[in-house]
Amino acid sequence: MNVGDADRLLEVRDLRLYYRTTKGVLQAVDRVDLDLPRDRSIVVVGESGCGKSSLSKALLRLLPRNVAAYDGVVQLGDDDVMKLSDERYRKEVRWVRMGFVPQAAMNTLNPVIRIGEQIYEALILHRRARTKAEADDKAREGFKMVGLPTDFLDRYSFELSGGMRQRAAIAMALVMEPDLVILDEPTSALDVLTQANVMNLLKRVKAEIKTSFILITHDIATSSEIADDAAVMYAGEMVEWSDAGRFYLEPLHPYSQMLMASVPTLHEDRELSFIPGQPPSLINPPTGCRFKDRCPARFAKCDEPPPMFDTADGRKVRCWLHG
Amino acid sequence: MADASVNGTLLDVRGLRTHFELRRFGFFKVGTVRAVDGISFQLGQGEAVAVVGESGCGKSTLVKTLLGIHPPTEGEIRFNGRDISKFDAATLKWYRSQIGYVQQDPYGALPPFMQAQRILEEPMIVNGVRDRAERMERINTALTEVKLTPVGDILQKFPHMLSGGQQQRLVIARAMILNPKLILADEPVSMLDASVRVEILQILRKLQETHGIGVIYITHDLSTVRYFSERIFVMYGGKLIEHAGVRDLVHHPSHPYTQALLEAISDPDPVNATHMKKVPAGEPPSLVNPPPGCRYHPRCPHHMPGICDVEDPPHFLPRPDHWTACFLYRDGAEAPPP
Repeated sequence: MNVGDADRLLEVRDLRLYYRTTKGVLQAVDRVDLDLPRDRSIVVVGESGCGKSSLSKALLRLLPRNVAAYDGVVQLGDDDVMKLSDERYRKEVRWVRMGFVPQAAMNTLNPVIRIGEQIYEALILHRRARTKAEADDKAREGFKMVGLPTDFLDRYSFELSGGMRQRAAIAMALVMEPDLVILDEPTSALDVLTQANVMNLLKRVKAEIKTSFILITHDIATSSEIADDAAVMYAGEMVEWSDAGRFYLEPLHPYSQMLMASVPTLHEDRELSFIPGQPPSLINPPTGCRFKDRCPARFAKCDEPPPMFDTADGRKVRCWLHG
Repeated sequence: MADASVNGTLLDVRGLRTHFELRRFGFFKVGTVRAVDGISFQLGQGEAVAVVGESGCGKSTLVKTLLGIHPPTEGEIRFNGRDISKFDAATLKWYRSQIGYVQQDPYGALPPFMQAQRILEEPMIVNGVRDRAERMERINTALTEVKLTPVGDILQKFPHMLSGGQQQRLVIARAMILNPKLILADEPVSMLDASVRVEILQILRKLQETHGIGVIYITHDLSTVRYFSERIFVMYGGKLIEHAGVRDLVHHPSHPYTQALLEAISDPDPVNATHMKKVPAGEPPSLVNPPPGCRYHPRCPHHMPGICDVEDPPHFLPRPDHWTACFLYRDGAEAPPP
């Protein structure tokens, strides 16, 4: 995707996050590139264990202690945030410019502190509000935006239903007015109706305030609700990048095609298939294409690692079939 | 339900209620959770049905009552014509060898300190399969049927050494090992990746067909149902509110709740991003103080005051073999446009 400089919000190049384990180095995120223009949303889909949650951790620099390698370029606006010290990153980037709605956000709220207090704390610590009264105003606005009654600010998280907690977590990220919100599986623990509600909310928020989203999910059907662009991760690598319009109808990479063919559809009759085999271990990933052992279209060239090819119609795919 | 009588009825549930008492102060009861509140249905031999509902609608309680874990408060469950609430310990043990249970979270359902072989052997030892060679042969067959091959590699593995899909297959093999007549699968694929889900459902389906096992498939995900069973029940607030063949239900949903549920499910389609979903306001009802009358009426767009909030809707037949508990169909009226 060629993006004009003015619209460019996030540009990730060669991002790596490796973990040290007793069995060796685990390559959770391996040279991932990502572009996100302002006011656009991208979904990152993949099976569990493909490194999509590690990608969100790498972007937010929420790293565990066993990191073996962490490098690359994360250009947010005009700054390469990878060059910032941890302290400056905490003060200036995380939560302030990059919001985060963690996986099972409903369980990440502190159960012994009122929800309002938790939001005030973030607002005051990150200097989005000077006084508690000012923070309260902003928190109220945030709750209104996500469709929660404002008196719920005085409640504890266990007094809310799952969907409401998820809304509260989204409000918590939005009150900071970030340029970008990373949502890690925001709807996977929710019921169908609640899921549809949260997706509606995200759509509305996206239209009302100009925020970009990175939505990380394994639920391909639901992801189509807010996708402008779609990226597919497999075994730590980005294997496809496309605009949503074409991605959901005719994905390019054999993995994406098989993934799409395994999604049950309700309104249309379709034969389902599944992907035989299992994703490779990320400790010693296979050389060459990482999908080759499960790929129906494998040929001799697949033993060499495929680069990311640009297709004639402006998409990107890591597959020799398109080279 | 016509074909059930042809094959003979395996399970006959009538007026089933499972209530849980909230804490008590002396003689004073605080309240009752009406988790399952008046459910009747029949399941034929070797038939597969699905029960769809949101969390908190009582579907897991229904499973546990059918398994004989929770005693029913009211109503009866007849298995092959025998009332299970009258079973003594020995008959209950026999009954439990006749039903397999596939849990939602495979990792939580498998004992972490047992190897696959022991996990599969134990039910047989408990139920008196004394011959070691026979046990091994049945383990072999079961593992081959769930496609956990090569069998030799799997036998010595602990659950944590298997992937989620393999664990769930082991759970299914364990449920199958005693050759049950009925399998209760409580959200068997909700914890698995999309790419494995289909395979697990196909395995279950194949077992059901080849061995003629009855299966009750409990799920919240309507989109997987059509790949599994012919009949579907929709559950809301502890009650069954609609029943139909899967195709009929998907194309002609009658109950406003079913319509909302179908509307809320997305297919992967870029068009989705351009419009909002219609979602009913409100939350599922509390099962401690369910609303009077139809339990969906506070959220229902077609709510008729004076009717829906007064009495429980009986089952109306808007279409052949398709009933729904909704007053909109009280004089055979057309289904409202979704």
